Amino acid sequence: MSTFEALAGNEAVATAMRQIDPDVVAAYPITPQTSTVQKFADFVADGLVTTEFVTVESEHSAMSACVGASAAGARVMTATAANGLALMWEIVYIAASSRLPIVMSLVNRALSGPINIHCDHSDVMGMRDAGWIILFSENGQEAYDNLIQAVRIAEHPDVLLPVAVCQDGFITSHGMERVEIYDDADVKAFVGSYQPQWSLLDLQNPMTYGPLDFYDYYYEHKRQQVAAMEKAPEVILAVAAAFNRQFNRDYGMFESYRLGDAEVAVVVANSAAGTAKVVVDQLREEGLKVGLLKPRVFRPFPAQEMSAALRHVKAVAVMDRAISFGAMNNAGPLFLEIAAALALHGERMPIADYVFGLGGRDILPGEIESVYRDMFRAAESGRVEQMVTYLSVRE
Amino acid sequence: MKDVVEIRWHGRGGQGVVTAGKLLAETALGTGQYFQAFPDYGPERMGAPIRSFTRLSRKPITIHAQIEEPDVVLVLDPTLLGSVPVTEGLKEAGILLVNTSMLPQEVREITGFRTGKVFTVNASHIAIEEIGREITNTPMLGAFARATGLFEIDELTEQIRAWFGKKVSPGILDANVRSLRRAAEEVVEG
Repeated sequence: MSTFEALAGNEAVATAMRQIDPDVVAAYPITPQTSTVQKFADFVADGLVTTEFVTVESEHSAMSACVGASAAGARVMTATAANGLALMWEIVYIAASSRLPIVMSLVNRALSGPINIHCDHSDVMGMRDAGWIILFSENGQEAYDNLIQAVRIAEHPDVLLPVAVCQDGFITSHGMERVEIYDDADVKAFVGSYQPQWSLLDLQNPMTYGPLDFYDYYYEHKRQQVAAMEKAPEVILAVAAAFNRQFNRDYGMFESYRLGDAEVAVVVANSAAGTAKVVVDQLREEGLKVGLLKPRVFRPFPAQEMSAALRHVKAVAVMDRAISFGAMNNAGPLFLEIAAALALHGERMPIADYVFGLGGRDILPGEIESVYRDMFRAAESGRVEQMVTYLSVRE
Repeated sequence: MKDVVEIRWHGRGGQGVVTAGKLLAETALGTGQYFQAFPDYGPERMGAPIRSFTRLSRKPITIHAQIEEPDVVLVLDPTLLGSVPVTEGLKEAGILLVNTSMLPQEVREITGFRTGKVFTVNASHIAIEEIGREITNTPMLGAFARATGLFEIDELTEQIRAWFGKKVSPGILDANVRSLRRAAEEVVEG
């Protein structure tokens, strides 16, 4: 039977890790991820898990230990944030290209400098081309649910890719909320046991991971990574369906909130989507037809499905908690992707980008409301006043 | 109870401000409510002014923004009154609860908060007498329950027993419970 607990997002994630009981966890503390691994270390010390917990001297070593353990056939997890992820960089790519189903809890935090420990999405946006599956979570419940699903997605024989599960640093990682924690046995049954197909320790079938691979086969291996990404959506949706049957919580590639008959839409990921729901409800009470699209699966990017979900709206605002410096109009990465998706699928409604919340700057309901009101003007005039707006910044 | 009750806590690092917010959240959990408890993360130093926030609701809470206009403000340390804008954003009909030996009328004069309700309780004195240390979070929870009517004293007592039960000696646990009950009785409105 499930129970309701008062947990911070990081504690919910650590609880999922306890229930999953991976073979190996290698991690290095970094704010605001630290309390996850700290809590998990308690579980290890208390004998509640059988995990080999590898303490390392840096994140580069943490991801290296994960790669080694995963190649050996272990079920492997780690957790990090921001600069910690940046220090893993080289090995983040190697994990994906070696097709190692490592699961990472990524607590989104601004990349320095100047030094900042608070939330934005500059860390995860840096890894968008690294070959990982990336899931967003609005709150601790979703971070917990996504982490459990991530294990099955990553280890699926058609996928075999690492998965990063994101939640917002401090806002949800340290915010205590009511979280439904499922029965240990049910979670264990859901994730099952990992049966590696290609283990370095399988002495009857010797093999190599990560050898030299030049112009002869490197390109083919990259193409195989694409094939895995292509198969991922089907697996992600099948795992979500199984999860819904078992735990009665419905997940898809993204969440549509009052979007069906909406005239204007906002697209925003993670915790700010929860605040946007409050705004949607308020504006709906005024009779304004507004909706929300909350991305869950960012990699692989569900371009066609998102375009279909937004097809009927008259204007779209994307809200980005990161900047892609030097990209088209210095927009945010989510906007660039959605603008391209809509254009290539033949949708020509006005679309604007709103950068917000960098370095943990709070995003208030009134600010999101102003975005919706801008979109009504854009819907009426047929064009946006400004392609990229840096919301509430001092100019 | 209105849709969402928003609460802001003021205290100093080391006074159990964050724990108090979490205790309230746990109590809300136990009574089937939805809640959020989150601190204001800045440079954390023993003795430095800190804030913590709690939301309570009968419905799921999806907002993830700071609390700008609280319904209730609790001040755990009376020395903050002159140095921190504790009533900033407090709703006109809001509740201000201060740990102080002063009467509510004196707090109104210092803070300029003329509307709503003001409650005072000498939580420091109670804590020193009962617990032996100036840890004011449990007595302030007792006063909070009485001032807002949001929780029964017995619900909070039960929660404190569950929360502290394994962490402190039975003597300290009982002292915390006594502090909570005494503060609920001694809190005054004005």
